[in-house]
Amino acid sequence: MRKFWCGFFIFWPIAAVVYSAVSPQFNWWFPGPSVTELGQRIDNLFYLILIIVTAVFIGTQVALGYVLWRASHSKAERAWFTHGSHNLEVIWSVVPSVILLFLALYQMDVWALFRVQSFFPKEALNAPVAEVTARQFEWRIRYPGLDEHGVPKKLHLKPQPDDLYTVNDLHVPIGRPVMINLRSDDVQHSFFLPHLRIKQDAVPGQIIPIWFKPERQGNFDLACAELCGWGHYKMRAQLIVEREVEFQAYLQKLRADQNYDGHATPSAVAKKDE
Amino acid sequence: MSATGVALEHGHDHDHAHGAHGHHELSFVKKYVFSTDHKMIGMQFLFTTLLMMMVGGALALGVRWQVAFPWTSMPLFGPLFAESGGQISPEFYTMLFTMHATVMIFLVIIPVLAGAFGNFLIPLMIGADDMAFPVLNMLSYWFMIPAIACFGLSFYFGGAAAGWTAYPLLADIRAAAPSSGSAQTFWLLGVTFVGVSSMMGSVNYMTTIINMRAPGMTLFRMPLTIWAMLITAILQAFALPVLTAAGFMQVFDRLDFGGPLEGIHTVFFIPAGLVVNNADPTVGGGQPLLWQHLFWFYSHPAVYIMLLPAMGMVSDMLACMCRKPVFGYKPMVFSMSAIAGLGFIVWGHHMFISGMNPALGMTFMLSTIMIALPSAVKVFNWIGTIWGGRLQFNTVTLYCAAFISMFIVGGLSGIFMAAVPVDIYFHDTYMIVAHFHYVVFGTTLFGVFAGIQFWYPKMFGRKMNETLGKWHFFLSFIGFNGAFFPMHMLGIAGFPRRYADPYIHPYLEHLMPLNQFITVSAIIMGFGQFLLLYNFGTSWFLGEKAGRNPWGANGLEWSAPSPPGHGNFDVPPVCYRGPYEYSNPNNPDQDFWMQTDPPKSKKKPEGDAGHGH
Repeated sequence: MRKFWCGFFIFWPIAAVVYSAVSPQFNWWFPGPSVTELGQRIDNLFYLILIIVTAVFIGTQVALGYVLWRASHSKAERAWFTHGSHNLEVIWSVVPSVILLFLALYQMDVWALFRVQSFFPKEALNAPVAEVTARQFEWRIRYPGLDEHGVPKKLHLKPQPDDLYTVNDLHVPIGRPVMINLRSDDVQHSFFLPHLRIKQDAVPGQIIPIWFKPERQGNFDLACAELCGWGHYKMRAQLIVEREVEFQAYLQKLRADQNYDGHATPSAVAKKDE
Repeated sequence: MSATGVALEHGHDHDHAHGAHGHHELSFVKKYVFSTDHKMIGMQFLFTTLLMMMVGGALALGVRWQVAFPWTSMPLFGPLFAESGGQISPEFYTMLFTMHATVMIFLVIIPVLAGAFGNFLIPLMIGADDMAFPVLNMLSYWFMIPAIACFGLSFYFGGAAAGWTAYPLLADIRAAAPSSGSAQTFWLLGVTFVGVSSMMGSVNYMTTIINMRAPGMTLFRMPLTIWAMLITAILQAFALPVLTAAGFMQVFDRLDFGGPLEGIHTVFFIPAGLVVNNADPTVGGGQPLLWQHLFWFYSHPAVYIMLLPAMGMVSDMLACMCRKPVFGYKPMVFSMSAIAGLGFIVWGHHMFISGMNPALGMTFMLSTIMIALPSAVKVFNWIGTIWGGRLQFNTVTLYCAAFISMFIVGGLSGIFMAAVPVDIYFHDTYMIVAHFHYVVFGTTLFGVFAGIQFWYPKMFGRKMNETLGKWHFFLSFIGFNGAFFPMHMLGIAGFPRRYADPYIHPYLEHLMPLNQFITVSAIIMGFGQFLLLYNFGTSWFLGEKAGRNPWGANGLEWSAPSPPGHGNFDVPPVCYRGPYEYSNPNNPDQDFWMQTDPPKSKKKPEGDAGHGH
């Protein structure tokens, strides 16, 4: 029985490590590489912590298994009488604290880039692309209106008559930093873009800016990550990253749809029938 | 009254199992119901928490069923909600995980450590005849009953469903959710009653430990269990008032009597101009983040309230099972104190992405990551305790070893979410769920299972069955790891918490089989707990009879009869040495040296024998 239990405490960490190692093959891992460079830096920090943590995990579990095996197979009449070792205590206090301090300080600049406004790219900070308002249980999106050249105007904090509205469908241009103003209409929500490694709570009474620079075209999931009621799970929306021209065309179509008064011109009808 | 006065009076009354207090026989009600005896109160807490553990477990299985097999009718429990065809509706699902957390945290983990083991062990381990305030102690148990009643009423009104964190505005505005009416108010009152109960316990424990130690029981001769209980009581005393105040603030925000009385309608947490679920716009000027700060100012220290006593107990049990002194007694005390101290300045790590000042994120990250240091020191010292010991794999050893092994996982996974940038992604995903279950279940509850097996002979005079204990360990361990280890992978895949049906999101579709594996493991673990209850119940009558000291342990509690009578000790205990003098070469007769054994030689062997030197 001794052998069984010693094996048991050695077997499970091995199983855990093997399981973790094969997980990416089974797609039990990140939903693809990050769409933003900042997200890739977050992934890199994750892998750095993962390496350190795996080393410590293996080290401590092996040590535990070893001392269990030694202690359960002890032939000595008496256990080793010791109250500890001052030197060991010093070593295993100082070494982890250096590693931990390094880990903490090493994280700071990514956090600052993500969240501290003075680190935001200036072009994004000055021209938010859209305002996203979370409410039970949908994402309302407000783009600024377009001027006579079809160029988006400045997004005002208060709604303007020519603003463009849509729900659960956020379009952004690729390749430049974009900023979103996040708000909530009712309770707390959280704006979660898993493929971009972005999450930010929407807090009632606050407007919180988020910026990101998407580098890959495509449709990505937008989900709510803060409990907001029974329909929390179904706040499903999409983020569509497209080329600048497509984005501008999208806004113009949005304007056309919004201004559509029911009296369709023949050309528009023909277009619809196609 | 001196701690040992009663015991002195009745010193002749050796092995009379109970009622050593010979003035009069207590009535049944006084003895078993409204008892002021710390042992009976401890056992009342233990029975209540074991029962509540099964309730909380059943709620968890409901949650797991829905996540693995969404919208299918649930076997076994389905008939309880037959009106929905045995199907778990999203409203019901949010209620299930809220009440699962509520029951497990407020009615199981906190009361089983402080209430059950704290009550039972503190006077016995420090050599007192009872707590400093026995009536207060009795009240601390009986305040759990209105708490349970309030949670029951919350169920009756549909069940609180705003998460156990009860974040406003979901929890604060009645229109926000079907459950945010009376169910939420009763939930808040229930938490307040638990708080009152904890506070009574806390005051009592501090007073008892500081004032009522037996002669010779200096602070640094106290077992680590008692150190942990003292530190926990201090944490409770300083953190709990904040939660109680915040709870009342939320109650005042919510109270609406209708009619001419209207209500109180403060706006502590409610900003102006919100239209929630088409109700009238809110009038206010409050701040929802204030609740999060107040809530976590209690609830983060509460995490250590849920952990430290188990750490202390495992240190004691491990030393006994290895026949070896605890490695680094003083570093253990200091690291527990450091965990408690740092525990007060890390609450913001629950709020990294809440919208608070990002500069706070950095400071909270630093303090949070540094709290891993005392935790690491403790792990190294436990491994050091086993190192060179003489060990037998009984159930207690198995649970203690599993405790260390699981705490390593829970501690290390915490680093991912302590690092703010990485937490942006992991916040509110299953990574968090995996992490805190490794700490609260894998660590604390495994420590509690070991403690039940270890102190059962002192409670009932019989040992628990070893074979059943090992099977219970095996099923719990396999089921636990099968359920919670894969949750790390769900977290890495970005799987959010608290989703009734995650699979409507394209990026989560492929994770259903993994969730089904998790649910099967959870079912194994859940039903495994019946073995514990069975073993607990039957050993009462069938267990092998245990003497005073069945484990050959050193603590003062093992010098009392099993079970100890009223007043605990038949011989007034005097403490001559530290609690971990196992295998001391100065004591050639046996490999343990009880704290109450008078010194043999005149050479002053009773000194603290170089703790930590």
